[in-house]
Amino acid sequence: MSRPRVPAALIALAGLGLLFFLLPLAGLVLRAPWDQAVAGVTAPETATALELSLFCSLAATAIALVLGIPLALVLSRTAGRLRNLLRALTTLPMVLPPVVGGVALLLAFGRRGLVGSLLYQAFGIQIPFTTAAAVMAETFVAMPFLVIAVEAGLRSLDPRYEEAARALGARGWMVFARVTLPLLRPAIFSGAVLCWARALGEFGATITFAGNFPGRTQTVPVAVYVALETHPDSAIVLSLILLAVSVAILVGMRDRWLGAL
Amino acid sequence: MTKAMLAMLSVILVAGCGGSGWTGYSPLYPPLTIFAASSLQPAFDKIGQKAISQRITTPTFNYAGTQTLTAQLLQGGPGDVFAAADTAHMTTVDSAGLLSGPSRIFAHNKLEIAVGSGNPKGIHTLADLSRSGLVVVLADPSVPAGKYAQQALSQAHVTVHPASLELQVTGVLSKVALGEADAGIVYVSDIVTSGKVDGVTIPDSQNVVADYPIAVLKAASNAAAASAFIDLVISPDGQAILKAAGFQGV
Amino acid sequence: MSLKARVKVDRAGFALDVQLDVDEGETVAVLGPNGAGKTTLLRALAGLVSIDGRVELAGDVLEDSALRVRVPTERRHIGLVFQDHVLFPHLTVLDNVAFGLQAQGRRDAKHLAHSWLQRAGLDDRASSMPRELSGGQAQRVALLRTLATEPKLLLLDEPLSALDVTVRAEVRRELSRQLASFRGVRLLVTHDPIEAIALADRLVVLENGRIVQSGTPDEVTARPRSRFVADLAGVNLLRGKAHGAHVKLASGASIAAADAGEGDVFAVIHPRAVALFLTRPEGTPRNVWQGETESIDLHGERVRVRISGPVPLVAEVTPSAVRELYLTVGAPVWVAVKATEISVYPA
Repeated sequence: MSRPRVPAALIALAGLGLLFFLLPLAGLVLRAPWDQAVAGVTAPETATALELSLFCSLAATAIALVLGIPLALVLSRTAGRLRNLLRALTTLPMVLPPVVGGVALLLAFGRRGLVGSLLYQAFGIQIPFTTAAAVMAETFVAMPFLVIAVEAGLRSLDPRYEEAARALGARGWMVFARVTLPLLRPAIFSGAVLCWARALGEFGATITFAGNFPGRTQTVPVAVYVALETHPDSAIVLSLILLAVSVAILVGMRDRWLGAL
Repeated sequence: MTKAMLAMLSVILVAGCGGSGWTGYSPLYPPLTIFAASSLQPAFDKIGQKAISQRITTPTFNYAGTQTLTAQLLQGGPGDVFAAADTAHMTTVDSAGLLSGPSRIFAHNKLEIAVGSGNPKGIHTLADLSRSGLVVVLADPSVPAGKYAQQALSQAHVTVHPASLELQVTGVLSKVALGEADAGIVYVSDIVTSGKVDGVTIPDSQNVVADYPIAVLKAASNAAAASAFIDLVISPDGQAILKAAGFQGV
Repeated sequence: MSLKARVKVDRAGFALDVQLDVDEGETVAVLGPNGAGKTTLLRALAGLVSIDGRVELAGDVLEDSALRVRVPTERRHIGLVFQDHVLFPHLTVLDNVAFGLQAQGRRDAKHLAHSWLQRAGLDDRASSMPRELSGGQAQRVALLRTLATEPKLLLLDEPLSALDVTVRAEVRRELSRQLASFRGVRLLVTHDPIEAIALADRLVVLENGRIVQSGTPDEVTARPRSRFVADLAGVNLLRGKAHGAHVKLASGASIAAADAGEGDVFAVIHPRAVALFLTRPEGTPRNVWQGETESIDLHGERVRVRISGPVPLVAEVTPSAVRELYLTVGAPVWVAVKATEISVYPA
């Protein structure tokens, strides 16, 4: 079946958009000091930052899945003003400048924070400057992406599937686990990828809430920033590595996982 | 309707251009862009006001970590004057051929330990910073203040395990002010201008003196105004402002 | 085991008020035009729509708004078959059929599912995915999925409407077979009279949220009480006030009918009983008037002519009659109906 042709003007605009994305990436690849690349890749600091970044971003995505899917479910079943309020709350981190998010996290979970002070005084737990803090910062900024994607998926789901399941005698949990969740798989998947990508690239909230310390809180974006002033070449190599990892994962994702059943 | 809007638009554009001298429209006081280390902000803001009142220039300040400013200048950032927090970065800029003449030292700064109001953890010396259970925050070694802090600590043979290596000295200050960190090493000037933290003096024998150089950049649009600004900084008026902000004069 | 339902639903622009009793072993078809409320009634019985009223099935109260009792859908032990199967697209045919059994906690769910499929001759499709099935197969699987749970009430929402005409007959036959051996209450909802008449023992006609007629298919079509049923039966339906041997219609015209009776009545005239003439006819017909031809439609060997006038009617004549009468749209024509051909009954 042939699709209708895209108007030439739209193709031109699309081309411009594509160029806008490609040029910076091309700059990164073409200006890379390939002779130093090998040394950069095998340097222990690089491995540390990369490991930490992967760990934190995957942990953040896992938390986002566990908390975000139920949140999306509640959102999609609520109506009216309550829903608007809830949705505004869950998408707030998306519009908040990340540094502001970091400050807010400090004010909530820092030693003098709303919850943090209780934890500190009762158990001596200090959250800022820890890897956990980096994970929290990334979860804060990235989870809304997952919630939005899953909520959209839920709203486009034919309600009759759940009705059919209930008519067959399935109770709430069985309907969720055996009908709703499997049918949501594409939305969950694309939401998780967006979430993970956002978490991987997070900088402002991380640096404000978790600080910067190699091996503990120095994720790749932070490492790149630090390296940029003193060793720009290292910064480029590090950026390239992160780019390569991201591309590998995105390309490895099959279309059918993202597409409809 | 459209004609009026076009007219308005052109007035706005021209007025906006005045600041960067695009159209050759010369305001009364030539504009200058001054790249200055973030620790200089309170002092330089005041010096800037003096520059306006003495009709030397209308300055616009670009405050950031010295290493960030250096990177910007190397990438072709539009600055007229550069005031750095250490000589190493000024040398880098000089080696890139961006200075129009030699730099001059206009101030010194010493390090001081920042602690929470009232010094609740009872910190009195650099050695106290190695106490276990203390949350200490330093500036990253890529920042001049961080580099000097490491110097002071190793000279005093004190090992500190920092919770974070902040990317700007102001980051260290804010963490201590917020109560997230028990102590940090910053400049004397930072503590003077903050008002929210207390300072613990580091004796001169253990301290590091930072030299602050200033220079006119080759790309300066108005070299005369740039030099005049530097003269103001080194003048008694400028030095008084710097000293009030916690710096040592030259 | 029977269904006793008194269902009231009030929503913006729509009100449903129905009292319905269905016995075990009886198949009732709720018939009505689109928007009559048939699907709402079905969903209300399924527990998917909240109602004012009371629903009792096999002695158990499923819903009673006065007592604030409401059994949720999953515990009502009903079966719901949708118009377009709504099979779970991510499960195989076997898993679909086994679903309800698994919900009941049966360990032999898959085994039972297999036997259901075998009996229906669909076992070879057990590991297929729903999208690989034809429309007819999918609908048959949907029916099996529901029957496997042995519900007490089977609700079918226009089960054949989404199927191709060619497939419809075959699935209808199978449905008929399955329904015959189903032990429970069966309620079917449709706008297709053929579906209704072929599958149901009793018809209930629903229009604008209210039941306007109920009875066996013959009873209902013999004495239509609404335009919808009249169109279904293919007859002319008029309404008026009877007085002795005359019925005065709302338009003011009067028709003569044998034993009209008194009061509000319906008058039914079969199109075949409507005679058309070029000129004013003489003879026995009591009812004669002049009208204008509105439309002429050929149906096989018969022609249906719609005539406007004091008494709007549809006449059924032969093609040769059309030629002889020079019948054309807009042309005047004389109409005659014998009083004895008009069947009148109370409204």
